[in-house]
Amino acid sequence: MNPTIKENKNNIDELVSFVNEKRWEFREDFHDHVVQSIFDDAYKISQKVTSNSNGKGRRGWEVSLDKIVTSRIFGFPIMFFLLALVFWVTIEGANVPSAMIASFLVDTIQPFLKSVSASIGIPSFIDGLLIDGAYLAMAWVISVMLPPMAIFFPLFTLLEDFGYLPRVAFNMDRLFQKAGAHGKQALTMSMGFGCNAAGVIAARIIDSPRERLIAIITNNFSLCNGRWPTQILIASIFIGSLVPSYLAGLASAAAVVSIAILGITLSLVSSWALSKTVLKGEASAFSLELPPYRPPSILRTLYTSLIDRTIFVLWRAIVFAIPAGMAIWLVANVKIEDLSIAQYFINFSDPFALFIGLNGVIFLAYIIAIPANEIVIPTILMLTVATIGMNGVGQGEGVMFELESIKETGNILRAGGWTVLTGINLMLFSLIHNPCSTTIYTIYKETGSLKWTVFSTLFPVVLGLVVCFLVAQFWFILA
Amino acid sequence: MNTINSNCETCPVHNVANLVKLGVEMEGYDYIVALAGNPNTGKSTIFNNLTGLRQHTGNWPGKTVSRGEGGFEYSTSRFKLVDLPGTYSLLSTSTDEEVARNFILFGQPDVTVIVVDATKLERNLNLVLQILEITNRAVVSLNLIDEAKRKKIEINYRELSKQLGVPVIPTAARSKDGMKELLSAIHQVATGKYVCKPYQIKGYTKKIRKSIDELTKKVEALYPALPNSRWVAIRLLEGDQTIMDSVKSGEIGHLTTTPTSNMSNVI
Repeated sequence: MNPTIKENKNNIDELVSFVNEKRWEFREDFHDHVVQSIFDDAYKISQKVTSNSNGKGRRGWEVSLDKIVTSRIFGFPIMFFLLALVFWVTIEGANVPSAMIASFLVDTIQPFLKSVSASIGIPSFIDGLLIDGAYLAMAWVISVMLPPMAIFFPLFTLLEDFGYLPRVAFNMDRLFQKAGAHGKQALTMSMGFGCNAAGVIAARIIDSPRERLIAIITNNFSLCNGRWPTQILIASIFIGSLVPSYLAGLASAAAVVSIAILGITLSLVSSWALSKTVLKGEASAFSLELPPYRPPSILRTLYTSLIDRTIFVLWRAIVFAIPAGMAIWLVANVKIEDLSIAQYFINFSDPFALFIGLNGVIFLAYIIAIPANEIVIPTILMLTVATIGMNGVGQGEGVMFELESIKETGNILRAGGWTVLTGINLMLFSLIHNPCSTTIYTIYKETGSLKWTVFSTLFPVVLGLVVCFLVAQFWFILA
Repeated sequence: MNTINSNCETCPVHNVANLVKLGVEMEGYDYIVALAGNPNTGKSTIFNNLTGLRQHTGNWPGKTVSRGEGGFEYSTSRFKLVDLPGTYSLLSTSTDEEVARNFILFGQPDVTVIVVDATKLERNLNLVLQILEITNRAVVSLNLIDEAKRKKIEINYRELSKQLGVPVIPTAARSKDGMKELLSAIHQVATGKYVCKPYQIKGYTKKIRKSIDELTKKVEALYPALPNSRWVAIRLLEGDQTIMDSVKSGEIGHLTTTPTSNMSNVI
């Protein structure tokens, strides 16, 4: 080797080791310090050369409001309060229209379709598959999903238009940075509350591949739209009934908010765990500009949130519900030696499922509902009725039905052996399980990696089973 | 893309100073000028004013990061103007910021014009200070000065120029005000008639400043002709992998060669 090059090489090695030593000494403080110095100097210079600093372009009240909603003390309580308010309005407001739509689609249209098919002599197998399977699945999804979405999305969009969401991202940023993830993950997580597939696509705004992967893997912990109805219904049945009836709505809303917050916590904790193990690295910084507050234009918000979000999500749910409805009808009606396929599976998985505070029906429902989380509850109800052989409820075996009231749904579930533990664990499992097939496909498309797709799918299921197991063991010890 | 409209060329109003807008003609240029700044400060308007092109830009996540280029002739020198993506800083690892930063660092423009929103001076100065750490040939275009006046914000631009150590030109790009002065400043800095003494960030603690100084010396010893060794030292301490790699490979040493020769391998 040429002596000068060799000497150069030694110098470079020395420089590198000096850098590493200093970096070890300063850790992340260095970056913060550099940023702080720049901001301080920029402030000093601008003060020196600018006269009339009251015309900063931002109105006084905006600055004060920002100080409150992004403060370390009030930031999170305000966020949780607004979230809880939105859910409470959704829960309270969705009940009546849900029941009305259900009674129209199920009590009026369905018998009409039945009588038409009977009069033109359609074989009972086809009739069952199409009307008791496909049509009812679709009817259920519409009646249960449309009202909450039509309330939830406009409210959420109003907060967004007002300019509150960037402030949420600002608050969450600190936490995500600490977890070794990108601050923009706060935004993709918020997207995930609507739809995980959308949240996964939104992760494109994160440039670093490592942090983007973390955002994609953990997006599933944002309770998506398809899971809100499950949470709301189960909370109303099992949590609402623990308190006096005038508090039921509040208690249920609080339970749902807790699950949502648990989801946020899990996404932080798993981001942290990932960035400390398989996806090692440092968080990258980014600038987030807080846009001015704007009075939202109500009509435009209503229009866009109804067309772009509500109808879009509903359509997707219907598309998946129709084949799933047929599948449910088939597994509950195709019999091998007097037992339906569903029955075989339930009997087989019940011992393990009960041990972790769930049951075989829930397992089967989650397998059938892989295409869409929305149909978990109707599947569970139908399978429960089929297994306990309850009479006089719904329309018969293998038929998805809408029950007239939450109380009646609760009665069926309790008759199927459900306890408060089953309710709590279902809420937990609904939060922590594999993403729906659309999201899995989107993850594959976005990452282009089979390995990470499989990981993103299996990691939450395993975690969910572990969480349910632990909760059940505590429950058994305490009860 | 459009080349210059011949009607515009003959119109005296458009012939600001002795500016000849060359559109996409960029061959045989004498100097490279980079255009940097926060998003929505009127960078592209200035770009269009000088080149006669009509560049549409936008700033939202996921948009393809692009770099507009055009040419102009001023006072017998030919300039190539490069419009960099708008960024708030050069510290993060987002693609936009990396493109802007790498160009100013590795592209070695002869002049970097930093377009600043006069109504949001403090925030915009953050970027200015960061750019001045990298390059010592810059001109600040204090843009939207008309809007600042309307908002009753007065900026002592001479004092600002003294503070920053580079020319500061008040401009209102939309009404083409200040373009003549801006061109003259660019020309003076490019030809070396104006020697910049760029501001250096001061607020560091003693311990950190000591490490920066120490490392700066080491970098200087390795690459004596490097114009921005202090900035390289800061980036190294921050753990910037791109810079670390280019120090290890010795690639950073090439920055000392003639500025306009290594354009092709940039970005």
